[in-house]
Amino acid sequence: MSTLEIKDLQVSVTTDDGPKEILKGVTLTIGGGETHAIMGPNGSGKSTLAYSIAGHPRYEITGGSVTLDGEDILGMSVDERARAGLFLAMQYPVEVPGVSVANFLRTAKTAIDGEAPKLRTWVKDVNAGLAAMNLDPTFSQRSVNEGFSGGEKKRHEIAQLELLDPKVAILDETDSGLDIDALKVVSEGVNRFRGREDKGLLLITHYTRILNYITPDFVHVFVDGKVAESGGPALAEELEANGYDRFVNATV
Amino acid sequence: MTVTDAARESVEAVLEQDRVDSHLNPPATYDLEAWPVPTGREETWRFTPLKRLRGLLDGEASDARLTVDTTVPEGVTLTEITGEQARELGELPPNERPAALAAALAGGALLLDVPADTQVEEPVVLRLHGESLDDLVYGRLLVRVGRHAKVTVVLSHTGSARYSAITSVLVGDGADVNVLSLQDWDDDAVHLGRDSILVGRDASVKHTSVSFGGDLVRTHANVEYAGPGGEAELLGLYFADAGQHLEHRLFADHNQPRTKSNVVYKGALQGEKAHTVWIGNVLIRKVAEGIETYEENRNLVLTDGCRADSVPNLEIETGEIEGAGHASATARFDDEQLFYLRSRGVSDEDAKRLVLHGYFHDLIRKVGIPAFEEQLAATVEAELAKNVVEGLDPVSAR
Ligand SMILES: Nc1ncnc2c1ncn2[C@@H]1O[C@H](COP(=O)(O)OP(=O)(O)OP(=O)(O)O)[C@@H](O)[C@H]1O
Ligand SMILES: [Mg+2]
Repeated sequence: MSTLEIKDLQVSVTTDDGPKEILKGVTLTIGGGETHAIMGPNGSGKSTLAYSIAGHPRYEITGGSVTLDGEDILGMSVDERARAGLFLAMQYPVEVPGVSVANFLRTAKTAIDGEAPKLRTWVKDVNAGLAAMNLDPTFSQRSVNEGFSGGEKKRHEIAQLELLDPKVAILDETDSGLDIDALKVVSEGVNRFRGREDKGLLLITHYTRILNYITPDFVHVFVDGKVAESGGPALAEELEANGYDRFVNATV
Repeated sequence: MTVTDAARESVEAVLEQDRVDSHLNPPATYDLEAWPVPTGREETWRFTPLKRLRGLLDGEASDARLTVDTTVPEGVTLTEITGEQARELGELPPNERPAALAAALAGGALLLDVPADTQVEEPVVLRLHGESLDDLVYGRLLVRVGRHAKVTVVLSHTGSARYSAITSVLVGDGADVNVLSLQDWDDDAVHLGRDSILVGRDASVKHTSVSFGGDLVRTHANVEYAGPGGEAELLGLYFADAGQHLEHRLFADHNQPRTKSNVVYKGALQGEKAHTVWIGNVLIRKVAEGIETYEENRNLVLTDGCRADSVPNLEIETGEIEGAGHASATARFDDEQLFYLRSRGVSDEDAKRLVLHGYFHDLIRKVGIPAFEEQLAATVEAELAKNVVEGLDPVSAR
């Protein structure tokens, strides 16, 4: 069973005034088949958590551990983590001019599987994956994320999620900036992924809207670099009604 | 009218004056007296390591030649002519010492003649090969394309030599010409090349300079216009390895109204003392109303210890222009792009290969010679495979 275990994770970034601590001891376990939602105010460190797990060089791990199926991933390079089964759908997907989506996807799939996908079925899979996200087949010839609308970038992330088939996926505000139709399409994609055996999901979001389509098993309130409270779906409803005041004040 | 702020300033500064010649581009002449041996302090020579020219500016006579291997398609002729004939045919005179030496010492010229209305589908490829660095070679080539003709000419340079060449491309009215000069020399070659193009009325010209090999390569791509309505696209792609000096100098002389020039040069550098120079000169003369020009140079620095010089110059003598602009940028690999690719499992090396492939992709597509596009893409990737791994900095290698 795949398990992502985050223990007392502490992370700093370097600023002009020296190091700044952003994650102040995050502990969270995402078991296989589980969906966890993280909600928290702007600047509380949600993206920092996501990027740190994925291995972005900007973030320095100053304490704690992260393991995937018992294996320390903090000692792995960014690409090793992905090959170990980790996927991050980014809040702001990056444009890569001149590299076609088709070339990018094939290179990624080959890296993750350790062998090139069968050409015939792969082209079909890619077209089906794009179509499922309401992206027409011409997208495979476009440069990665270049000139994509905000919503198209997010749908492209979820198309990758389905095609690359990781063990654990972290979605950083994939729902932001999506209109209601796109939100449904994205949710369906995420739910198909969740429906596969033993997949872990960490869903970072500001809005309970997406939780109407993707029901979490656990909800965590994230404030000032750590988990302030954990609960079931009911916690999300409380946040929707009352906002973060109770938690933000509690930390002051 | 779209003019960049920098350009607007130059418009104002220059308008009162009534200059004829560009101070960066002295008048062309065969007169060797006009071209003394440079000291290295001259504006036009200050980037070039003169010692590494290995006497190419001394003016020593030589009979050595590059071998020319080609298949000339029907309707096109390749003949030897005298220097005298070259001048009579309207060769574009030298605009610097090496070109003047080449004209004086080549002992004749090659004429590639494409008669009016000839349409040649397959590229005419001249494979120029040098045997050794010991050979001092002067080259002189004239490409004459008649009115409404269409042709693609590839000059491919391989092997080694100390080579100085003057090439003139005379493009007839309404003709459509594509020239690719490929510098794929061995590591020790020295190449000084001057390509000048005269663009006929309403003619359309593309010139691409691709430099991978050689110890020192310094080329000019110059365009001027024989009548209004001509269009020139000047493209360039280069990849400098450790110790290499690759210098590309451009000059678009808008001496006729309603002419266009579009310059895009992209390079990559890797390894200790890899040095590239790009000088993009554009002159918009007083008569040249309603012209459009844009020039752009981008450099991707892959490792420490490289140096990319990039100098766009715009001289404007009329305010009545459609558009003028330039851009120049030198950057390293974008960490965010690499992170994105690597977060999808792609290794650091493959991520760099992809980004580099993407960086050159648009340019390679623009060359417009399918037979060579694949070769160019493959060469770029082979260059990267050479030593980018050694150049990995510890942060991104984590
Ligand atoms: N390079 C950096 N330099 C300085 N501060 C940084 C840097 N990177 C992140 N931070 C700070 O760390 C904090 C956490 O940022 P993070 O992006 O993780 O928040 P978030 O919870 O994802 O916010 P949002 O809801 O707006 O996406 C913010 O206060 C941010 O300004
Ligand atoms: Mg965020």
